[in-house]
Amino acid sequence: MSKELLLFDASLRDGSHAIKHQLELSTVRNYCSSISDSGLYTVVVGHGNGLGASSLQVGLSKYKDNELLRAARENLKGPKLGAYMIPGFGTIEDNIMPALDIGVELFKIGCHCTEADVTKQHIEFLSKKNVEVYGVLMMSHMASPQRLLEEVKKMESYGARGVVLMDSAGAFLPEDVEEKISLLVENTNIRIGFHAHNNLSMAIANTLAAIRCGASIVDGTLCGFGAGAGNCQLEVLVAILQKQGKLKNIDLYKLLDVGDNVIRGDIGYEKGVSSNSIISGLSGVFSAFAVHVNNAAKQYNVDPRDIYVELGKRKVVGGQEDLVVDVALFLSQKNKRDDSSFVMESLL
Amino acid sequence: MRKARIAIIGTGNIGSDLLVKIQRSPYLECTKFIGRNLNSKGMLFARNFNVELSDKSIDAIVEDPDCCDIVIDATSAAVHRINAPILKKLGKFTIDMTPSQIGEMCIPAINAKEALALDNINLVTCGGQAVVPIAYAISRVSKVMYHEMVSVIASKSAGPGTRDNIDEFTQTTKKALLKFTNAADAKAIITLNPADPPIKMHNTLYSIVENPDMDAIRNSVKQMVEEIRHYVDGYKLTVEPMLEHGRIVTMVTVEGHGDYLPPYSGNLDIINCAAISMAERFAEAKL
Repeated sequence: MSKELLLFDASLRDGSHAIKHQLELSTVRNYCSSISDSGLYTVVVGHGNGLGASSLQVGLSKYKDNELLRAARENLKGPKLGAYMIPGFGTIEDNIMPALDIGVELFKIGCHCTEADVTKQHIEFLSKKNVEVYGVLMMSHMASPQRLLEEVKKMESYGARGVVLMDSAGAFLPEDVEEKISLLVENTNIRIGFHAHNNLSMAIANTLAAIRCGASIVDGTLCGFGAGAGNCQLEVLVAILQKQGKLKNIDLYKLLDVGDNVIRGDIGYEKGVSSNSIISGLSGVFSAFAVHVNNAAKQYNVDPRDIYVELGKRKVVGGQEDLVVDVALFLSQKNKRDDSSFVMESLL
Repeated sequence: MRKARIAIIGTGNIGSDLLVKIQRSPYLECTKFIGRNLNSKGMLFARNFNVELSDKSIDAIVEDPDCCDIVIDATSAAVHRINAPILKKLGKFTIDMTPSQIGEMCIPAINAKEALALDNINLVTCGGQAVVPIAYAISRVSKVMYHEMVSVIASKSAGPGTRDNIDEFTQTTKKALLKFTNAADAKAIITLNPADPPIKMHNTLYSIVENPDMDAIRNSVKQMVEEIRHYVDGYKLTVEPMLEHGRIVTMVTVEGHGDYLPPYSGNLDIINCAAISMAERFAEAKL
């Protein structure tokens, strides 16, 4: 019954919306080479509306689909290279075939949630070639659970290995997720997935609800980098799931680093919960310590995340701000002990 | 001049709607309505009209070639590939409603005269019939770098043929934009909207033009709209060409006549009106 949970990373696809589709090739290269050994299942790359969508209608990409995919292909090891396409924007001839030639290993074919039959051509084409293909039902808040089930079954019959419900408008509440995801999981044999948006600050809550109801694919982005209010922030989700004892194979610090270095660093995206706050939460440290931890980390040149973890271990409570410096000093000494120069320094 | 006799092959939305439209034309009569199943929805509908029904597909014409002057093929691209050479041999003027791309593409407001000299003409797509003439009108008075059209149609008006062949729609419409205009590049986008009550067919054309002369462009488009309204009375320019953000935006909607499907199906109407217009021009020129 239970399928292993797969993480689909949409940062370099949904994130494209947040920067008007001006993704740089250097960003794609940097992102893909850094995320390679993180444990993610797939990294989906391209224009926000998918292959072939660069247009005056929705926005022109700075780089062509093929350039973005090639930059990713040359640097991504580990996660599968994925691409998204909406029939009516892209076609097999103009978009899917070239993407296959470049080495895309996984496709998501999307449509409005009541129109699954327009994906038949594309899902069947890929599935017959034995290429991993998933269906996507966009704006899925607009259809009833029963109607969604009909559409998912169509995609299943075309050969989709799973279907992802997109909450494209960020309009779901957890109870809507439960009703829809449960019905789909109970009545189909393929994977069911959920793609959240954060307009009502429900992205994480909704994604967790989906997982509880048996969703085995979750779509998210680092830093929540995505259209509008952003997506389900993958680092937060992974932190929570690891706290629940799941997804031990995912390198959380790697995700935090890539988010900080590439999404926040290279791109300059500023939304989402900060890496330090995530670790602070995981460690159970009083939130108001943040300022003190940042100062101490800088002064003693230690990773603020390590300070939080150590503070958590020591079970500090509110009012123990003095311990931040104590821990920072302790970690700084500990780091030096691992360093050959430590002996020299300690003798001086 | 006698009436031109028409055989329709294909009894889906397109074929059934054509049957109604032919009744209204003073120049045309439908002499055979042909499908594969006498109990299909379209066949049952056709019993209301004084027309011979057949379930023998293309054989209905092979066995009785004198039944018609014109064949309108409203089957599918795959079936038309089989029918086209047979109809050519029989010397029937053939109007192809499928995206098979066997015959020359025809938009009556642009190339009706040249198309009448051919034996098989292809009516592109519904979106193509609605927007390509506008793109042509802009192109004939400008240097165009890029045309991009977006058609949004009601889900209820898109039958299984359209849905199963959405790639052919996208590719064929793009090819028509490139064939009939001077644009260096072009793109076509189609979206289905399931809203209830259904939306009217809505089309937008974006054009990137070097040093546009907006007065010339507006006049050219207005003339073209008048031309199209001669054969599609529900055709309407809702946003006349306007320059914004370095691109020219033009919008047209099509309200159907409400013959076989309700008026929201402007997409069905415009391609069928184009077919009727070509059949009438044939009758006028050849009979």
